[in-house]
Amino acid sequence: MSVDEAFFAELRRVLGDRILSYEADDVPTIVVEASDLYDAVAALRDDETLAFRFLTTLFGMHYPTNAEPANAEPATGERLGVQVLLQNMSAGRRLRLTCTLPVERPELRSLTPLFPSANWMERETYDFFGIRFLGHPNLKRILNIETMTVFPMRKDFPLEDQSRDDKDDRMFGR
Amino acid sequence: MSDPYQPFQPLSKAKTLSPVEMPPGYGGEGFFATTLGEAVGLARKGSMWPMPYATSCCGIEFMGTAGASYDIGRFGMERFAYSPRQADLLMVMGTIAKKLGPALREIYEQMAEPRWVLAVGACASSGGIFDTYSVLQGIDRIIPVDVYVPGCPPRPEQILDGILRVHHLAKHESLRRRDSAEYKALQAHYGIE
Repeated sequence: MSVDEAFFAELRRVLGDRILSYEADDVPTIVVEASDLYDAVAALRDDETLAFRFLTTLFGMHYPTNAEPANAEPATGERLGVQVLLQNMSAGRRLRLTCTLPVERPELRSLTPLFPSANWMERETYDFFGIRFLGHPNLKRILNIETMTVFPMRKDFPLEDQSRDDKDDRMFGR
Repeated sequence: MSDPYQPFQPLSKAKTLSPVEMPPGYGGEGFFATTLGEAVGLARKGSMWPMPYATSCCGIEFMGTAGASYDIGRFGMERFAYSPRQADLLMVMGTIAKKLGPALREIYEQMAEPRWVLAVGACASSGGIFDTYSVLQGIDRIIPVDVYVPGCPPRPEQILDGILRVHHLAKHESLRRRDSAEYKALQAHYGIE
């Protein structure tokens, strides 16, 4: 049994059928249902062997056509996603959890009760992708101006500032 | 009084190189008489207190301008006012994010008349390369600007040129330009009282 297989067996023991798919990348990646993310992170944190007690990062994603990621569910069109990167400092292990959310109702249980450091990361994810974290103590914009009404990291948001009126398309080759 | 918006005379073409250009007036041995407007304009030009508002690389060029090599003190500006209440010239140098806009506007509103604004660099003038959702596309979206200095970032010589143009305005404009209809209309356009 290789190192990866042993690690996957440990994940199986803790998470069971919640794992939709597993990929032994440089950072092992598992895909879970969005509704299972909180319980999965809690189980991974509290397990004595795996002990993923450090939240490295948490961020949002937007898949306009759902061509990526290689997830277990069938292609359902536009999806939003959240990735969580956990670390076990003493064992030097990392683990990436991925889940996708429907763009019409991007709601997810907040991880702040498990990791206080998720607070600002979830605010940032809300700020840029509009993913709402249920149970977050202070879910408001963190980096952009409070009056902004759009979620600028979604792919359908135009990159260029729409208030510019001096840009002549002929000068930009389009 | 000459037209304040006439093209700036490059120093190389000026007849004499003198730190202070004598205003028109009547003088003799030990005395000189001129109008109050000319004298006050001379004083405003010669001791303008700038407030540096430096947010990025243009601020580094400004530090070079203030240093010994370019020496902004030659133009009576070595005393920086880090309080907008005491500043005559707001020098905005660098990218202004949209979230920073209200803070910049408040600083401008806290300045007492007469006040001038110098936009240094492409970002402060037009947003520069940051044509994106988070960056203010030029500070003239929120506050009126007197002089723009292009460049990314501009060299200290360009910043000095912009400063001299502000000095030109200060010396030649009406002493109470804030009472002019044009100025009032400009302030009203920006919603500043």
